[in-house]
Amino acid sequence: MTEMFRDKVDVALTVNGEPVEARVPAGQHLIDFLRQTVGLTGAHASCEHGVCGACTVRVNGEAVRGCLMLAAQADGAEVWTVEGLSDSAAIADLQEAFVARNAAQCGFCTPGMLVAAEELLSQGGLPSRAEIREHLSGNYCRCTGYEAIVDAVEDVARARGGEDVARARGGKGAA
Amino acid sequence: MSIAFGNPDRPNSYIGKTVPRPNITKLVQGRGRYVDDIVLPRMVHVAFVRSPVAHGKITGIDIEAAKTVPGVLRVFTGADLAEVCTPWVAVLAHLKGLKSPPQHPMALDRACWVGEPVVAVVATTRAAAEEGAALVEVDYEALPAVTDTMTALDKTTPVIHPDMGDNLAFRRLHEEGNVDAALSTAHKVVTASFRTARHTGVTLEPRSILVDWNPAEGQMTAYHATQAPHMMQTVFAKHLDIPESRVRVICGDVGGSYGIKVHVYPDEVATATIAKIMGRPVKFIADRLESFTTDIHARDHEIEAKIAVDAEGRILAIDVDDWTGIGPYSVYPRTSAIEGNQVVNLCGGPYDFANYRAQTTVVFQNKTPTCQYRAVGHPIAVAITEGLVDMAAAAIGMDPVEIRRRNMYRDDAYPVTSPAKMRFEGLSHHASMDKLMEIMDYDALRADQAEALKQGKRRGIGIASFIELTNPSPFMYGIGGARISAQDGCTVRMDPDGSVVALSGVTEQGQGTEAMLSQVVAEGVGVSPSKVRVITGDTQVTPYGGGTWASRGAGIGGEAALQAARALRSSILEVAAAMLQADQGLLDIRDGQIVDTQTGETRMPLEELGRIVYFRGDTLPKGLPRELVQTRHFITMDYPFAFTNGVQASYVEVDTDTGVVTLLKHWCVEDCGRVINPQLVDEQIRGGIVQGLGGALFEEIHYDEDGQLLNGSMADYLVPMAAEMPDMVIAHVETPTKESELGAKGAGEAGTAGAPAAVMNAINDALRPLGAQVTEMPFTPERILRALGTIHD
Ligand code: FES
Ligand code: FES
Repeated sequence: MTEMFRDKVDVALTVNGEPVEARVPAGQHLIDFLRQTVGLTGAHASCEHGVCGACTVRVNGEAVRGCLMLAAQADGAEVWTVEGLSDSAAIADLQEAFVARNAAQCGFCTPGMLVAAEELLSQGGLPSRAEIREHLSGNYCRCTGYEAIVDAVEDVARARGGEDVARARGGKGAA
Repeated sequence: MSIAFGNPDRPNSYIGKTVPRPNITKLVQGRGRYVDDIVLPRMVHVAFVRSPVAHGKITGIDIEAAKTVPGVLRVFTGADLAEVCTPWVAVLAHLKGLKSPPQHPMALDRACWVGEPVVAVVATTRAAAEEGAALVEVDYEALPAVTDTMTALDKTTPVIHPDMGDNLAFRRLHEEGNVDAALSTAHKVVTASFRTARHTGVTLEPRSILVDWNPAEGQMTAYHATQAPHMMQTVFAKHLDIPESRVRVICGDVGGSYGIKVHVYPDEVATATIAKIMGRPVKFIADRLESFTTDIHARDHEIEAKIAVDAEGRILAIDVDDWTGIGPYSVYPRTSAIEGNQVVNLCGGPYDFANYRAQTTVVFQNKTPTCQYRAVGHPIAVAITEGLVDMAAAAIGMDPVEIRRRNMYRDDAYPVTSPAKMRFEGLSHHASMDKLMEIMDYDALRADQAEALKQGKRRGIGIASFIELTNPSPFMYGIGGARISAQDGCTVRMDPDGSVVALSGVTEQGQGTEAMLSQVVAEGVGVSPSKVRVITGDTQVTPYGGGTWASRGAGIGGEAALQAARALRSSILEVAAAMLQADQGLLDIRDGQIVDTQTGETRMPLEELGRIVYFRGDTLPKGLPRELVQTRHFITMDYPFAFTNGVQASYVEVDTDTGVVTLLKHWCVEDCGRVINPQLVDEQIRGGIVQGLGGALFEEIHYDEDGQLLNGSMADYLVPMAAEMPDMVIAHVETPTKESELGAKGAGEAGTAGAPAAVMNAINDALRPLGAQVTEMPFTPERILRALGTIHD
């Protein structure tokens, strides 16, 4: 552990479209690098074990657990976090659906959940509710009970497929 | 003037509507600010060396190697902190006989559970603090560990705290009527034992605190993920000898609480103590193993219970013997006797019956301390009650819905006092059951169950009625001597441009407190909710209040906000009447405009009134009050608690080959009085149900007999994930409380209260034809197969 933190490695990567160069401890995880060094606190560390998905960020187009990847391994990578995906409006419709459906309560899981959901949505098509649940089954949410999240993702899949989802969601009160 | 809640076309009708949460947009953009996101100049990190043994005498501590780690600044032992921080004793006077020894921020000469903090290492980085902690050597002389609840009081079991005399923390027996007589003459008596597993909250954000002490100002500032900032202010002030006015607790975004973050944790008090010693900001963020070994646990109960019924299914008696093990200390300041006490208060809750006996026995053991976690005691009491009722129904061949209808308090019976001596102001068990039957289409579901059986599928339907304790008065904690506020306050202010700021003592952990407050204030003043900025979680600026626990945010905090908003409305109208030379009674505020009440004609925007009051007060009559800031507090007085009620149903399929239970669907009808925001209430209930489903199917903390916690990671302590959870249908009956104008009761715990019992009954409905029954949670495949006789040994 000691050497892992004392040995330093130079990395150069892009984060949210901006170049970042840094000298990182060899043992530092990507999530800690993003949160502590780059100042992007949107994604969170929770289980630090690869189980909960709170640390999920996009690396080279894929949803990756920031607590399982070392910052050093991100050398040369293209990393997107919820902050960059917000600024670029890349997931604006998904975020709006989360707001309308109240698919976030405490919000701690939400940045990771959004990145994971967008990975599914970007594959196109209309996933079934079971497929949405399956895809999100590595992202833990203790607050919502998941149904609102599944609804929101389903709504976005329909809307992106050209369907009119303005229809009210029954008693679930989409605004 | 009271609000015509029944008229949806009334002006400013925001109460009762789904409006989006004002603070959710930042969360979906990753712009929340949780404690670990905050970095202060000169901030240092603390890591704790924790006891690896369940019970041991500390015979030596060697910190020399830790001090050599680059970045390590200080190393503290329990004795060092005890010089600055006074110990606490977690008892409440109204829980007669409750005892607990003094507890310090860190162990002094003895560690009593695996995870108890023993040494604190402070460093410039968390990595260095952890590295230092790993080098601290603590010698322990092993002491016998007490781990089994049921034998904790045996003569042969060692006493954990010899000064206390025995391992009994608390015992309460409640008796009403003549239970023995009823049992001996009843048509049928059913006996069962139940078990609820040890749970923990697993908040996604671990416990987090950052404390700064500025000796030059004598001011402590704690950024704390907590549900009760004012309670923590009082605790830090008292034990660190600082005036309350100089302790500021700031609670920003909190990543989940569920009761976990409403307690005083030794390591958090240690962090504040270290900040006071070092005079600089100190941050402590629990890691996941620390969360499992030191966040409070709950629900570790073993119960023997009986129900007696007559031939018509009338309940004659309920008899409950409840045991729970709480760890080595009662948790400060709410105590660890409340959960068992709630079991006594809540068993049999929905039913009108005469003979009731319940005893809870609360014992010390060498495991993580237990305390209040979402729906405190309710899931246990509901499982006991509803399990017994279903078993009685089966014993006399009656439909489970019918037996409930025959016993539930009539909807026109209120007010009534239950055999547990709980006072109910107004509940709706029958209307709720009727609604449940309608939304689940009970008969069609029974037909589907029969059809499935023809194809060899074992499906079951489970029903669970429940009551839920909300809006607590000082009868919960205050009368026992705890400095925990049952009242709450709100300050509402109009700024010059006509926008409104509301500062409230209740807090937000994601349930939607701020949305609820914005709606209530918007309607009370007469502006749109988007014009209301809500501020919570800062003891230096908000009125004193209890925070968020026991489902009190809307009922208590909401009413305070309504009263403050309406007071501001009349102050505004008083000024408007003078400016317009009109009769105040003929003016109203609608959507940010002063209007003529009768015609709705606009007379003046609030902005203009604000301009005159703040910048041209010289033009107003001398002596005209112009108080555009109003504060009101609210406390319930008529009832100790506002009970709510509801009923849940679960539809499951049990694979009798593998023992796997699949949740097909779940329903909940709930009566929380006035619904302020239907979407937020429904989502609270859904989230609560899923926490209850976790307890029913997955969640269980395991210890070995030496007191070692065996599953301290999210990979090993299973919680519900998206794939296994069902869709849930939620509906409401509304019986507003008459204690407040708003009429709101709590909704945050109902889901968790009833879900485990509904699942248990559904599984047993599926298994009954096979002669099998489960009553020990969680209902794992192994337990199902054992009940079926597939696995023995
Ligand atoms: S923190 Fe990375 S998966 Fe949990
Ligand atoms: S919203 Fe709190 S954990 Fe998902």
